[in-house]
Amino acid sequence: MATVEALVAGSITADTVIDQAAPSKRWGRLGLLVPAGLLLIVGFVVPLVIMLWYAFTDPSVGFGNFAWYLGDAVQQRILLRTFTTAVNVTVVCLLLGYPYAYAMVAAGPKLRAVLTLLVLVPFWTSLMVRTFAWVILLQDHGPLQSLLATVGLGQIPLIRTNLGVVIGMSQVLLPFFVLPLYAVMTNIDRRLILASSSLGAGPLTSFFRIWLPLSLPGVGAGSLIVFISSLGFYVTPALLGSPGNSLISQQIFTQVNGLLQWGRAGTMGVVLIVITLAILAILALVIGRSTSTIKGVR
Amino acid sequence: MSDSSISQGAAITLNKLTKRYGDATAVDAIDLNAEPGEFLTLLGPSGSGKTTTLNMIAGFVDVTEGEILVDGKPVYALPPHKRNMGMVFQHYALFPHMSVGDNVAYPLRQRRLPKSERGRLVADALNKVGLSNLSHRMPRQLSGGQQQRVALARAIVYSPRVLLMDEPLGALDKKLRDSLQLEIKRIHAELGTTFVYVTHDQDEALVLSDRIAVFNQGKIEQVGSAQDLYERPSTIFVAQFVGESSLFHGLALDHQGGKGVLSSDRTLHAHRGDARSGAHAAMVVRPERIRVQPIDGVEPSGNAVRGRIIQEIYLGNSRKLEVELGDGSKVFVRESAGEVTANRPGDRVWLTFLPEDAVVLTTNESPDRPQLAADVQVPVFTSN
Repeated sequence: MATVEALVAGSITADTVIDQAAPSKRWGRLGLLVPAGLLLIVGFVVPLVIMLWYAFTDPSVGFGNFAWYLGDAVQQRILLRTFTTAVNVTVVCLLLGYPYAYAMVAAGPKLRAVLTLLVLVPFWTSLMVRTFAWVILLQDHGPLQSLLATVGLGQIPLIRTNLGVVIGMSQVLLPFFVLPLYAVMTNIDRRLILASSSLGAGPLTSFFRIWLPLSLPGVGAGSLIVFISSLGFYVTPALLGSPGNSLISQQIFTQVNGLLQWGRAGTMGVVLIVITLAILAILALVIGRSTSTIKGVR
Repeated sequence: MSDSSISQGAAITLNKLTKRYGDATAVDAIDLNAEPGEFLTLLGPSGSGKTTTLNMIAGFVDVTEGEILVDGKPVYALPPHKRNMGMVFQHYALFPHMSVGDNVAYPLRQRRLPKSERGRLVADALNKVGLSNLSHRMPRQLSGGQQQRVALARAIVYSPRVLLMDEPLGALDKKLRDSLQLEIKRIHAELGTTFVYVTHDQDEALVLSDRIAVFNQGKIEQVGSAQDLYERPSTIFVAQFVGESSLFHGLALDHQGGKGVLSSDRTLHAHRGDARSGAHAAMVVRPERIRVQPIDGVEPSGNAVRGRIIQEIYLGNSRKLEVELGDGSKVFVRESAGEVTANRPGDRVWLTFLPEDAVVLTTNESPDRPQLAADVQVPVFTSN
């Protein structure tokens, strides 16, 4: 009761209430984490450990799998291709998603509802359905090819190419870029733009000096989600690409399903995770620094 | 070295300025002007059109009709960033990703001033608002009052000829508001810039302004100095919004030679008034101009109304008495600490006031209460 009254009086904030809560209450709150924690352990940590175990023990104990992986030029080319594909998808999402998110923020309520729906409908549609739709669109005598021919660009191979994979993955992952960016943009105080213009800045300057820096955390969050998701994408590259330009997830699948090389698959998983974590750590440092300067007045 | 931040304020003229949103009229054909270097306050309740007016001057809101002249030149064609006006917002609107110094330097960068000049002007402006050593802090590390000082420094650093302020102290607590008011007043005196200041706080308006325009429902009720508004309100709305007023309702009887008379069983006299004879009107008297005396004494001559004290409010430097009149309406009387009478709640009293302290003004609508019946004993007085 006392804390409620203090809250009503406005003399202390919610944070201090939590800090002052009795230890038993604090444990009670932590208890809320138990179900998710259990799921994470059973569904993620345990398989991860098993994967690690295989990587170092199957078929024999030691670093044999890693020696194979590092010595295989094909694997390294695939790893590189996986990363460039992820970068390309992220760039495409950035180029398409940033103006889109901005349009959502700038639009009136009705147009915003439509734009939001347009983002969410593909989001809600099955991944398989969307990928097969892209197979139809991109195929050799499909609508896109005939459109290109009509425009006079001739034949540009799309299906079974890395370009086709990037197109498909970008469309699938675009909502993951737009939604966090939109969330950040709606929280930017629009009066800052008014202030900027009252201080003599034209619209372009206001955008580059005020709006863009303040929206960067959203760009960072969206890019990270898209980039990391791209690294492990399987269905879309498998259906739109070809074995000749496969990505690491397809290789893992082949090792397990076709060659029964659980150790090698585990090794590739470990490599992917380690590199991803390293990139995450670097980005977290950079973004953490920029957001800490951006989070500001309310 | 001459102080380059001294600037001559610009004159602002609003001609029949109108803003409509669909069918709703936010600002209704107002005429208003600010003299160069004047401190003009737009005072009114929320939704009265004062902020819309300010935003039209700044260029943030399009004008529906009428015109805005700065030094006689229309600014219609100028976008906000070319109007060269300073603006201070209620919620500071500091750029959160820039340090205090960068915030203040922002308008100078837009004007492409050389770096050395920028540094000097920024230091100057921060000095003026008393924050000279906080240049490297980020806005979030400052208190609300400090943030608003930074916003003020940012708005004056390029010496605009007009400074617009939209309830700049609205988010601050009382003590801070009071001290910042004095600083704003001092800075205005130092700069010579024309200030247009929006507030709903009448005390703030009285403290700061050379002149005050009282807004109500998109129109200006009265423009004048604080003293004009307080001592010579021209409408009931102004009388009640600027300071406190006690109203005695009735019918205007006569209005000749600037004198108003209010009918009731006992007629009341005022030296001023604008109500036509026969119109529903109220006699407006400031609470501190009303005297209270016990009813058992000799009946007072001049303006006198019967009432019963129903509440006493102690205010430190004064006390306020709420008095119920015969018609059921309630008025306030204020006695300053040195002249508190012995009258207590429950006492029946005479309220007296001088004709020169009263003004008769038309009430917009017919009063929702019966006419004043000063001499009639009403059951509510005798029932207990």
